[in-house]
Amino acid sequence: MILAWILIILMAGGVLAWIAGRLNTTLPRWIALVATFACLCMTVYLWIELPASTDAVGNWIMRFQTPWIPQWGISFHLALDGLSLLMLLLTFFLGILAILTSWREIDTKVGFFHFNLLWVLAGISGVFLTMDLFLFYFFWEVMLIPMYFLIGIWGHENRTYAAYKFFIFTQASGLLMLLSILGLYFVHGYSTGVYTFNYFELVGTSFAPEVGALLMAGFLAAFLVKLPVVPFHSWLPDAHSQAPTAGSVILAGLLLKTGAYGLLRFVIPMFPDAAQAFAPWAMLLGVIGILYGAILAFSQTDLKRLVAYTSVSHMGFVILGVFAFNELALQGVIMQMITHGLSTGALFLLAGFLYDRLHTRDIRKMGGFWTSVPKMGVIALVFVMASLGLPGLGNFIAEFLTLVGSWQANNWLTVFATLGLVAATAYSLRIMQKIFLGNTANHPALADLSLRELMIAVPLVVLILWLGLYPQPVLNTARASVTEQLQAYTNPKVAEPAQAMLQTEASDSLTIHTLKGRTYEPK
Amino acid sequence: MSRNDLLYLMPLLVLAGGAILNMLLVAVKRTHKIMYVLTILVHIGALLALYNIKNITAYTVYPLFILDGLAVFNLGLILLTSLAVTLLSYAYFEQREERKEEYYILLLLATLGACVLVISRHFASFFLGLEVLSVSLYSLIAYLRTRERSDEAGIKYLILAAFSSAFLLFGMALVYAVSGTMEFSGIGNYLSSSRELDTLLLTGFGLMIVGIGFKLGVVPFHMWAPDVYQGAPAPVTAFIATVSKGGMVALLIRFFSQAGGYRYPDMLLIFTIIAIASMFAGNLLALRQKNIKRLLAYSSISHLGYLLVAFLAGNKLGVEAVSFYLVAYFITSLGAFGVVTILSDKDRDADKLRDYRGLLWRRPVTAAIFIAMLLSLAGIPLTAGFVGKFYLLAAGVNTQLWLLVVMLVINSVIGLYYYIKVIAVMFAQPNAKREPRKLLHPVFYLTSGSTMMVLALLLVWVGINPNGLMQLIHGLLDTFIAAR
Repeated sequence: MILAWILIILMAGGVLAWIAGRLNTTLPRWIALVATFACLCMTVYLWIELPASTDAVGNWIMRFQTPWIPQWGISFHLALDGLSLLMLLLTFFLGILAILTSWREIDTKVGFFHFNLLWVLAGISGVFLTMDLFLFYFFWEVMLIPMYFLIGIWGHENRTYAAYKFFIFTQASGLLMLLSILGLYFVHGYSTGVYTFNYFELVGTSFAPEVGALLMAGFLAAFLVKLPVVPFHSWLPDAHSQAPTAGSVILAGLLLKTGAYGLLRFVIPMFPDAAQAFAPWAMLLGVIGILYGAILAFSQTDLKRLVAYTSVSHMGFVILGVFAFNELALQGVIMQMITHGLSTGALFLLAGFLYDRLHTRDIRKMGGFWTSVPKMGVIALVFVMASLGLPGLGNFIAEFLTLVGSWQANNWLTVFATLGLVAATAYSLRIMQKIFLGNTANHPALADLSLRELMIAVPLVVLILWLGLYPQPVLNTARASVTEQLQAYTNPKVAEPAQAMLQTEASDSLTIHTLKGRTYEPK
Repeated sequence: MSRNDLLYLMPLLVLAGGAILNMLLVAVKRTHKIMYVLTILVHIGALLALYNIKNITAYTVYPLFILDGLAVFNLGLILLTSLAVTLLSYAYFEQREERKEEYYILLLLATLGACVLVISRHFASFFLGLEVLSVSLYSLIAYLRTRERSDEAGIKYLILAAFSSAFLLFGMALVYAVSGTMEFSGIGNYLSSSRELDTLLLTGFGLMIVGIGFKLGVVPFHMWAPDVYQGAPAPVTAFIATVSKGGMVALLIRFFSQAGGYRYPDMLLIFTIIAIASMFAGNLLALRQKNIKRLLAYSSISHLGYLLVAFLAGNKLGVEAVSFYLVAYFITSLGAFGVVTILSDKDRDADKLRDYRGLLWRRPVTAAIFIAMLLSLAGIPLTAGFVGKFYLLAAGVNTQLWLLVVMLVINSVIGLYYYIKVIAVMFAQPNAKREPRKLLHPVFYLTSGSTMMVLALLLVWVGINPNGLMQLIHGLLDTFIAAR
């Protein structure tokens, strides 16, 4: 029930903030902050209370299920395991930062802004929690609309175009996933007689190869666009650079992670055969993404666009690791999701701080800021180093684990992926060089970080250092989920059960299927 | 005609009686308010009469009518929709000088025509219902005759509808000439006994599709839609988009399944082509529209295309999906045209895109309702449109109509573009201060406003908790499926 409360608090808080926005402009900020903080506290509490031996069989910490549309076998089904828990922690932490950073930046329609912000967070939390595929699609869309508003209303100069592009890319790919979900539903229904959208029942379905490949393609469409993987990435630089700071933080820190989460949670365990067949191509796409993103990042002049392309590069590691199918790589992927959320979030926040002071994102108009804003400089240095993978900071652990894991799967591609680290050094140092070092441009002295800005930046520094020096708690929390996602690969089934095909029902047939849902009984 | 027949036809008799009563009232004294209240009462009376017969198992009034679950469901839907249109009409027509009273008579008659369509099982009643509906619509469309475009719209509809009726009649004649019967089930029997489809019969069916397709506004019989939608008064546009199309969809389902059309791949092919063409033409033509009413007209063309996907899927899931989608589409269309109605002023309808600029900041509630309606048309979760679209896709996947299903998905994406375009206009910064309109007494807006609120709540309620509606449809359609 606590899981449902998280969603209820966020959604109710959003509505409340909207209403409060009619009274004054500070109240919505506090409502949003309190609601998100309450969710963070609940999640942290769950993490601390986590039984020590989660790597035993039952790795599901808690579960909440209540029927929603029983005729179709749809239930409101939430479940929490280590992976979801880590993602929720990241969500609420970045959510709080997003609210804090908007404190001064957003001054129009404050109530509606916080409504959208909280609903995006609710949608994202829903995606990380739900174990019913219909509900998953539902939340997948719920996080889309408020994000569209965030970009379209409070974004920068070219916001309308960016918002359109974001919306249409993600919606198109999402609809393909919906087709696959429906296909899966009927395939499972015909072969077992149980029509349900329950993840735990669908996960064991075995398909004829071509059916499996088609169904997987639908899921991949949604997740690869969201991640994004290179040929489908073109929405990302526009959306990231045009969104307000809070929007960019949530986009880069959280929305991209839903794609990675989808790969881990759905594609890997549900379609083991099809995924293995697709793996070399996926890894190739990952490597192309790493190098292509890095090269483009190096040549950007818009600071937010630059950071956006580093995301493309970093997300290449995610897909590389996911399709290596071993524990090391998957642990690396999960670390990458968290550390990338923190480090890229921090870089977008810095871009926001600079934009506040200079009203430009063009790095050609910056330079030599170190002397006037040393605190900002230090924090920027930390995250630039994190982004290039300096040992001692979280991103190093993530990329290292991913590369070790993928080496076992594919040597040559890993070699090229490693080259990406060199490229990362180039573009990361360029950020430092152009903005904080070099000759002092004729700017009036900038104000250094205020207390509020320090409150945003310091926790990020602490976390990224902690993840770099002592990542073990995170790895422990994730381990049980990782092994569960990989079950189909480590212990392949001995006897192949009858393979499911989709049967056609004639359009004038009179047979009436009873679409019955069965609630899942935990063992 | 037995007493039982009268009892079962009571909803229609109430409507017909109400229309006559209204007409006599106009002869005595013209009062807009009394006409309005009386029309509402007639609708409520018809709904009560319908409630009385809700649990029937297929009752046939030989030879013209049949009342089964499908009929009861669609009658209810049509009556409720027409009631909502009536409720929205008062504030709209009160602002205008023209004589307003006849509008309600015509509206009742048009509703009667649609109701006859829904329950007919015979070519004679089919044609009568269609003509009652069409003739009332001719005058409804051109009702505000001093307006610039209303004559054009009325005459366009008159000529095209008369043309398509002629096609339909000729088609019916050919089918009758071959099969020797005018009852739908009789045609079905004839078809199942004959080996192959007669060329003459196929021609007959083809000509009938012209008539049916015109009323549905599907490609290639869609040319009238944008002009008529634009020229007609906003409440009438809402009526055309919903009741007139819904009645024809119900008839099509009944005719097609009773005559056994699903057995003929040729027929399915024709409808598949129509469906795909409607989806694409509607969506592509809507992309560059700057006029809201025209945009909604094109969007409704494509929505009828979506609807045909489930119609082609046939079987129980398909019919359920069509029924569910109709409900969602009705709520959404009523809501969208309702917003246009509310925002319209004395001289013209609020149909330009720039009338909506910054609406979210000027009139937040109206804009929020309009956004919800547009998102529902686009099929976004939390709205009825999403569950409806999901139902359509499920029906399509269940029958493995992959081509149609993929086309539906592609078109949903194209459609998104123009729906969010309108939304983006609404949250843009408003232009310079507009001069405030002269408003009527707030009581006049109360009914319109509360109708819109009810529609918005229904939209979200069906989107979040579709169980009730699904069970209702499921229960009512059992008798229809069993009757086959």
